[in-house]
Amino acid sequence: MFKIVQAEWLAPKVRRLMVEAPRVARRHQPGHFVIVRVHEEGERIPLTIADSDAGHGTITLIVQVVGATTERLCGLEAGEGISNVAGPLGRPTDIEYVGHAVLVGGGVGTAVIYPQAAALREVGNRVTAVIGGRSREYVILEAELAQCCDDVFPCTDDGSYGYHGFVTGWLKDLIDDTGDVGLVLTAGPVPMMRAVAEVTRPHGIRTIASLNPIMVDGTGMCGGCRVTVDGQMKFACVDGPEFDAHTVDFAGLTDRLTTYRNQEQLAWNRLHETALGDHSRGAHCQMSGLEAAAPV
Amino acid sequence: MPALKPSERMKIPRQRMPEREADERRTAFIEVNRGYTSQAAVTESMRCLQCKDAKCIAGCPVGIDIPAFVDAIARDDLPAAADILFADNVLPGITGRVCPQETQCEEVCVRAKKGDPVGIGYLERYVADWAREHRRELFDPPPPSGRRVAIVGSGPGGLTCAGELSKRGHAVTVFEALHRPGGVLVYGIPEFRLPNAIVDAEVETLRRRGVEIVTDVIIGQTYTIRELMRTEGFDAVFIANGAGLPIFQGIPGENLKGVYSANEFLTRVNLMGAYRGEESDTPVLTSTRTVVCGGGNTAMDAVRTSRRLGADPATLVYRRSRREMPARAEEVKHAEEEGVVFEVLCNPVEILADENGWVRATRCIRMELGEPDASGRRRPVPIPGSEFDIPCQIFIQAIGTRANPLLTQTTPGLNTNKWGNIIVDENNMTSIPGVFAGGDIVRGGATVILAMGDGKRAAAAIDAYLRNGE
Ligand SMILES: Cc1cc2nc3c(=O)[nH]c(=O)nc-3n(C[C@H](O)[C@H](O)[C@H](O)COP(=O)(O)OP(=O)(O)OC[C@H]3O[C@@H](n4cnc5c(N)ncnc54)[C@H](O)[C@@H]3O)c2cc1C
Ligand SMILES: Cc1cc2nc3c(=O)[nH]c(=O)nc-3n(C[C@H](O)[C@H](O)[C@H](O)COP(=O)(O)OP(=O)(O)OC[C@H]3O[C@@H](n4cnc5c(N)ncnc54)[C@H](O)[C@@H]3O)c2cc1C
Ligand code: SF4
Ligand code: SF4
Ligand code: FES
Repeated sequence: MFKIVQAEWLAPKVRRLMVEAPRVARRHQPGHFVIVRVHEEGERIPLTIADSDAGHGTITLIVQVVGATTERLCGLEAGEGISNVAGPLGRPTDIEYVGHAVLVGGGVGTAVIYPQAAALREVGNRVTAVIGGRSREYVILEAELAQCCDDVFPCTDDGSYGYHGFVTGWLKDLIDDTGDVGLVLTAGPVPMMRAVAEVTRPHGIRTIASLNPIMVDGTGMCGGCRVTVDGQMKFACVDGPEFDAHTVDFAGLTDRLTTYRNQEQLAWNRLHETALGDHSRGAHCQMSGLEAAAPV
Repeated sequence: MPALKPSERMKIPRQRMPEREADERRTAFIEVNRGYTSQAAVTESMRCLQCKDAKCIAGCPVGIDIPAFVDAIARDDLPAAADILFADNVLPGITGRVCPQETQCEEVCVRAKKGDPVGIGYLERYVADWAREHRRELFDPPPPSGRRVAIVGSGPGGLTCAGELSKRGHAVTVFEALHRPGGVLVYGIPEFRLPNAIVDAEVETLRRRGVEIVTDVIIGQTYTIRELMRTEGFDAVFIANGAGLPIFQGIPGENLKGVYSANEFLTRVNLMGAYRGEESDTPVLTSTRTVVCGGGNTAMDAVRTSRRLGADPATLVYRRSRREMPARAEEVKHAEEEGVVFEVLCNPVEILADENGWVRATRCIRMELGEPDASGRRRPVPIPGSEFDIPCQIFIQAIGTRANPLLTQTTPGLNTNKWGNIIVDENNMTSIPGVFAGGDIVRGGATVILAMGDGKRAAAAIDAYLRNGE
């Protein structure tokens, strides 16, 4: 059992969990993820490590409710436990000096860029974060990012907070205005990452996307997480999950993510028949999954 | 009972393994083989000629004293049979079920020269099953050596090494990446061949002997090998992290929805319990028509599993002829009885999609056997213009695996060959002193018993290394 020491809602359907996992915490680097199994009959799902504290032996996960497993996980309170947490997995982010690094996060993708921001700043970069949400309440980690970025620009689809529009709109202007962007890192819904890649492509700015294909083991054994990058088959859990966004086949990734849509809907229905209680805080699941949760 | 004369022994026919009917098992995940009755076991054991120079022993990679344990069955002394078996094999309930006996112990049994060999595997299973039900081993723990050994991976190689080292008094910790110990035994080989409960029971026996098993730890990521030796206080390491990455053919359509590697398909079904349908949170696609590509045990398991999940037809496509199939003979026979369709001398060239990106058919080409290749088998060559389509909604690739790089790439100084497999000496020691390796990561995809043989040999070498600093 991996004990949850702290749990809070960051936004509707987005929960921050601090979990005791000392072995993972001591090795965590930005870009790493864990595979979590909530209960003994549960499925294995990948989640990014948003933060860690090696001294206290804890890691932080930021989880968005998109289906049965994430809903179960988000229903847990401090003091309760998670059956399995394995990691850290994946290759860490390449952290190097580029001058000006821009991080573009959408929805829970912001959890991926948060540790990257701190590490990029540490090696002397100017770091700008552009973070998006559907409306004000969906913009997460702004205060935390402000601690380790030179600038943080929130964007909302409905204009209820920050820039009125998609993160890509802001990014375009930022690139034109500053002219010194050396690297863009992006994490979030697939359509958003794809759009970010199209914004930076004409400028030739190195752009790295953190991909989120369906995973099972997370150790290279199953091949379920395969993605096409530069025409080659890659396993995201061992070769990634970060890849050059200009060479990723985003259409293929989007399509494969829909493989289990029917089964996921059934699992969701089953979970709700067997009444979970009020853990979801009345939050209503949308089966369109991550795409629906953040702006493009 | 008076001892039988050899001529009398020679007259006894090989006892058949009782099986569930093919009709019953086509949809069920219960074990196909039911195991010998005690009468059948005793009769079978009397077929053994108790050879002085028993060739069968050398045919067994862990060197079980086969005539001795078979004789104990004949005398109906099962405690003695179990003692003999466990002395050389810490996982007999597993090997008795999945060893390719026909190419190991039974191949060299003298009785195979004229007729059927002694049913060594079946007898081994019989004794192991008896021991599991009737015996709680009381261990006389050996005096602790004060030395600690880390084992990477809890497949048959790792578990065997752990068992052998604990017998010698060393403190053993097994690190396993997944949430459940057993390796391929639990995620790959299906319930109907090797129930996971049997693996759990054999793992439990090791735990009772003091072997510590820590799951959810990925060596190379959670700890490096160097850390295990330098800061975590281990005096030696045995690496048995298995084969790993599934190979795809590189044909068009392999990323379509409905294409699996056998590892993914079997892991979803076996390890994650998707065969239990709604009781499991992990989904798996099922279909009316499935094509599986390959001819080994993995392909056979995938196609028989598909069949049980409703595929009709479940078709196996293999590029050589039936004779060259590397799968155990029993699996091929069982697959056939269960109605699996065999398309041999045939190879997929493309997986075709419907308008929504789902698999709709496999395009294959007929093959013929040409000149022998490096493996000595005649090389299959495509027959131009012989393409044809097999309609299907699921395509499963089962053509093998390549070495998993997670551990090797974070272990400087660990020598690997051009395929990424770890290079070891005759004692299974790697290029790093005190670090040993065995099983599929050394051999490429091999067998349970060869991995166990490596585990056993490495345990002896680790013991010597720890005692003499060799
Ligand atoms: C490397 C990586 C890091 C991730 N980090 C985070 C994170 O920090 N926070 C977060 O909220 N989400 C993260 N995700 C996505 C998260 O894994 C999925 O949202 C989760 O698995 C959905 O499970 P579910 O049962 O709740 O939903 P389901 O109803 O099963 O599925 C909803 C959608 O989630 C995706 N999905 C389903 N199963 C998996 C799976 N086993 N692996 C990956 N995606 C799946 C599919 O697109 C699916 O349509 C990450 C994914 C990857 C690959
Ligand atoms: C479907 C299938 C059917 C088979 N059927 C048969 C059969 O009938 N008879 C037969 O003899 N052989 C069979 N085989 C082959 C046999 O299973 C393997 O040769 C054998 O399991 C190899 O044992 P191993 O100990 O080397 O590794 P594995 O059994 O592969 O175990 C390796 C373990 O290490 C873990 N691991 C991997 N990387 C790490 C890491 N970095 N840190 C920690 N842990 C790690 C893995 O999760 C796994 O649990 C079959 C194989 C498959 C896939
Ligand atoms: S372990 Fe395998 S090879 Fe050895 S005796 Fe048993 S069945 Fe034969
Ligand atoms: S070779 Fe065959 S007959 Fe001889 S001892 Fe071994 S099992 Fe018995
Ligand atoms: S998740 Fe299985 S290989 Fe990547």
